[in-house]
Amino acid sequence: MGTTEAAGGGCCPTMDLLRSEPMQLVQLIIPIESSRHAISYLGDLGLFQFKDLNAEKSPFQRTYATQIKRCGEMARRLRFFKEQMNKAGLSPSTRSMISNDIDLDNLEVKLGELEAELLEINANNEQLQRTYSELLEYKLVLQKAGEFFNSAQSTAAALRRELEVQHSTERSIDSPLLLEQEMTTDPSKHVKLGSISGLVPREKSMAFERILFRATRGNVFLKQAVVNDRVVDPVSGDKVEKNVFIIFYSGERAKNKILKICEAFGANRYPFTDDLGKQFQMINEVSGKLSELKTTIDAGLLHRSSLLQTIGHQYEQWNLLVKKEKSIYHTLNMLSIDVSRMCLVAEGWCPVYASNQIQNVLQRASLDSNSQLGAIFQVLHTKEPPPTYFCTNKFTSAFQEIVDAYGVAKYQEANPGVYTIITFPFLFAVMFGDWGHGICLLLASLYFIIRERKFASQKLGDIVEMTFGGRYIIMMMALFSIYTGLIYNEFFSVPFELFGKSAYGCRDPSCRDATTVGLTKVRDTYPFGVDPKWHGSRSELPFLNSLKMKMSILLGVAQMNLGIVLSYFNAKFFADKLNIWYQFVPQMIFLNSLFGYLSLLIIVKWCTGSQADLYHVMIYMFLSPTDNLGENQLFWGQRFLQILLLLSALVAVPWMLFPKPYFLKKQHEERHQGQSYSLLHSGEDPLDEEHHPSLPGHEEFEFTEVFVHQLIHTIEFVLGAVSNTASYLRLWALSLAHSELSSVFYDKVLLLAWGYNNVIILIIGIIVFTCATVGVLLVMETLSAFLHALRLHWVEFQNKFYEGSGYKFYPFSFALLSEEDE
Amino acid sequence: MYGFEAMTFNIHGGYLEAIVRGHRSGLLTAADYNNLCQCETLDDIKMHLSATEYGPYLQNEPSPLHTTTIVEKCTLKLVDEYKHMLCQATEPLSTFLEYITYGHMIDNVVLIVTGTLHERDVQELLEKCHPLGMFDSIATLAVAQNMRELYRLVLVDTPLAPYFSECITSEDLDDMNIEIMRNTLYKAYLEDFYRFCQKLGGATAEIMSDLLAFEADRRAVNITINSIGTELTRDDRRKLYSSFGLLYPYGHEELAVCEDIDQVRGCMEKYPPYQSIFSKLSYGETQMLDKAFYEEEVKRLCLAFEQQFHYGVFFAYMRLREQEIRNLMWISECVAQNQKSRVHDSVVFIF
Repeated sequence: MGTTEAAGGGCCPTMDLLRSEPMQLVQLIIPIESSRHAISYLGDLGLFQFKDLNAEKSPFQRTYATQIKRCGEMARRLRFFKEQMNKAGLSPSTRSMISNDIDLDNLEVKLGELEAELLEINANNEQLQRTYSELLEYKLVLQKAGEFFNSAQSTAAALRRELEVQHSTERSIDSPLLLEQEMTTDPSKHVKLGSISGLVPREKSMAFERILFRATRGNVFLKQAVVNDRVVDPVSGDKVEKNVFIIFYSGERAKNKILKICEAFGANRYPFTDDLGKQFQMINEVSGKLSELKTTIDAGLLHRSSLLQTIGHQYEQWNLLVKKEKSIYHTLNMLSIDVSRMCLVAEGWCPVYASNQIQNVLQRASLDSNSQLGAIFQVLHTKEPPPTYFCTNKFTSAFQEIVDAYGVAKYQEANPGVYTIITFPFLFAVMFGDWGHGICLLLASLYFIIRERKFASQKLGDIVEMTFGGRYIIMMMALFSIYTGLIYNEFFSVPFELFGKSAYGCRDPSCRDATTVGLTKVRDTYPFGVDPKWHGSRSELPFLNSLKMKMSILLGVAQMNLGIVLSYFNAKFFADKLNIWYQFVPQMIFLNSLFGYLSLLIIVKWCTGSQADLYHVMIYMFLSPTDNLGENQLFWGQRFLQILLLLSALVAVPWMLFPKPYFLKKQHEERHQGQSYSLLHSGEDPLDEEHHPSLPGHEEFEFTEVFVHQLIHTIEFVLGAVSNTASYLRLWALSLAHSELSSVFYDKVLLLAWGYNNVIILIIGIIVFTCATVGVLLVMETLSAFLHALRLHWVEFQNKFYEGSGYKFYPFSFALLSEEDE
Repeated sequence: MYGFEAMTFNIHGGYLEAIVRGHRSGLLTAADYNNLCQCETLDDIKMHLSATEYGPYLQNEPSPLHTTTIVEKCTLKLVDEYKHMLCQATEPLSTFLEYITYGHMIDNVVLIVTGTLHERDVQELLEKCHPLGMFDSIATLAVAQNMRELYRLVLVDTPLAPYFSECITSEDLDDMNIEIMRNTLYKAYLEDFYRFCQKLGGATAEIMSDLLAFEADRRAVNITINSIGTELTRDDRRKLYSSFGLLYPYGHEELAVCEDIDQVRGCMEKYPPYQSIFSKLSYGETQMLDKAFYEEEVKRLCLAFEQQFHYGVFFAYMRLREQEIRNLMWISECVAQNQKSRVHDSVVFIF
């Protein structure tokens, strides 16, 4: 790229944003002992993009894989702390402590210790918590099951009394036989009923009951009671809804089955006695134990939270340190090790202006690490395309983003971003012309700009983030819409006489606002923008349509011309004569002989106030150029000029199409010959070229391919000239839609509500009007106008000159690192 | 309605098909496997996997890793994806997705029952179960003493219940019985799944019948090979073969009477698709048969992605992921036990 740089110096004054920064490929040879310092200082500087020299090696085969693993392990510990802090409801304090410098090794040890301590505390706590929740469950079982027994005993007693009554009176036939039998058998033959009690998760209780029934063939008695509050499960530690159950069974086999089923369902069993006195005693015991445990657990928790707090104070600092270290080792892994294992070799891109800074940094690194050898900074020459790097600030970056979203500029290609800063908000405003809406937008964007610092530091939602990122674009758009709004004379679709009185007045008192008939010009022309009298008149639409349509064409032709002119600057910058003579010149001629001429006609018509029909002029310029123009003639010699223009447009097409491929072919052949000579002269070149097989001159030259390519370009341009001009009419269409919508909201909502003379209706009207204005006009219309302006820039403007085939400059930088995460 | 799925498929299935295709592109490639095979320690494997889709699942694991942790976490990822898809799915896709897990359910049932037979701890067994094949009352299986109880207690609530109709006996459970039960269940499951796919029709039926037929044939061959030299009679053996597939019915007749592996080979070589599998093996060899079958299966599963608008992709994706996890397990084991020379023995490259 040495030649282009030389050419770049001569052609035009260097502009910061128009051309991307000149870059150079640099080789750094860093002694191994100072490499870590060097990389870390380079990361602070943030102006060096490392190339991966070990791309073929897998991550764990690289030199510093172990260090990266260590960093990963430390990051995992930090994540663990963070998780623990979140659980405990602590947030890492953002205020940075006095940074007592701690190096990686010490930090690793410290983190390991802290982790072990925390794990131990957690384990202890878990143990205690488990016992605690088990006791809690036990208490619940005791209480609930006690209730069963009480109620069961009372009902049993009642039943017995009833039966005794029945016994004493008469043996009734319908008394249940089984019951009777049981009552009559002597107590020694009673089967000893066992009972199992415990808690089962509520969601499983149905299945539990079912399985129990099936397993024991119904020979159990199960009673469940709902526990109202959620209970902490001792095993998992989660809060779950549970039921207390008590099962009565008979027989050892049934018991085994039930125990197994309980285990399978995760039901915790607790012993229970039916002795009332023992129950009370146990409840008391359990309660006592519970309160004891509670204090122990609280003490443990306190200890834990104090530990977490101390971690929280330094968490951010550690996290940053670990991230930095990790990125340093990642970068070190991209360097190749010298054969002697004494130094590391780095290659990468940096802006030319940063050479001194980088050298200083390297020097500092070798000083700080007491290295005997200094690092070597060496510029390499390469044919590889350098990355594209624009020095943007917070104002220009958003506009550059718009361009980059389409494609990153080729290295040192003219950057449309420069013009976008003005043309983008302007084209937006043409579609969004209303100074009331503009002021609303301005206020919103000013809010973001004033509170910029606060917003930048915190995390925002998706949509707010986007709006915040584009705050300067929105501000520019708002300023321009205020300007165009003043020209259109619309304030929420209401005209104002800001710049003096309207030029028109009534000839006689009978004429009304709604008509222009009977209006005469009484004063000088309204000094700025559209005369307020046009608003609401019958001829408002035809007048504004004609104005806006013509204006759109003028703006469009102007912007497309700018695009073609930029292609000239590009060609000149890259010293490409072919493109100037066989692309730029015919394109200019073609576009301007047709649409440039149309623009000229529009201006002439505006200036002279002629009644000529421009459609007619344009159409018959093609259909019968020799005919007399008649009343449509705007100036002398127009017919002759038209014929001339038409002819030049016709000539421009083959001019664009044929010569360039031919000359390219010739150039290629010449270069080929030259190369065969140079082989004899210097032995160095072919070697060099073998390294870079992707040189442009060495590709096979396919004439048909180049020709077809050129053909496509030509057709695209010729058709594009028509369709792109038509495309600019969207300016008119959207502007019309915007003003019509806002006047509908104003007339049909606000004025209508006003007409009722009713406060409630008026309030409703105002609310509806506000919502419609904000929702439809300020949000949706802004979006649509934004998108259309975007399209006009990406397609109609940039396709004239912009290649966008570059790649972005991604320096290794710690500043970017902290932005990356989360 | 074959050929018209394109019109309506995307209404319900479009989102999930896109999701599953996205997941598919996250499968490890041959380059990944090459790198993994060069790993020296399990930490290296973790480091490499952290650059893949498994990253988030492995990143919080403390450093001395075990093969089981890796496999567990990788399976967890698959389960998460499956659950997400199941949540989003509507009928009949949700049923289809559920069918995919029945195989694991059968395996889990067999695992638990065998485990309790050998008096293992239930919790320990539960940990070994495949998470996709879990159902509510699975732990209760340990209670059952014979098939009838097994069915009546537990399985009647599960989707496996209908498959059980053929193997309800009052015999006590033993290893042989359980193995027969597994194969009977599997047979019923495959046939049911096959019928279900036929009912769905269209490209789903076409592709799934191919995949399921392969599965059925593979099982038939495996049953034959495993039952050589046991007391299983020919008729019993024939009963375990699924009633569809390329081998049905004549191949089954021949397989049923096979006495050794070479007879199986002779009978299989009559079928062109299997000829290529057996031609890779030398005579009398059975070890590599599994791998050869897996390779063929992976090839067929990958082909399922070539067509659009069918449910086969879900089945194929789940199977491919499982194969990938098997691969990872094998690689990790080899690395952990310093047997790197054997790493290529059982890894089936997916792409």
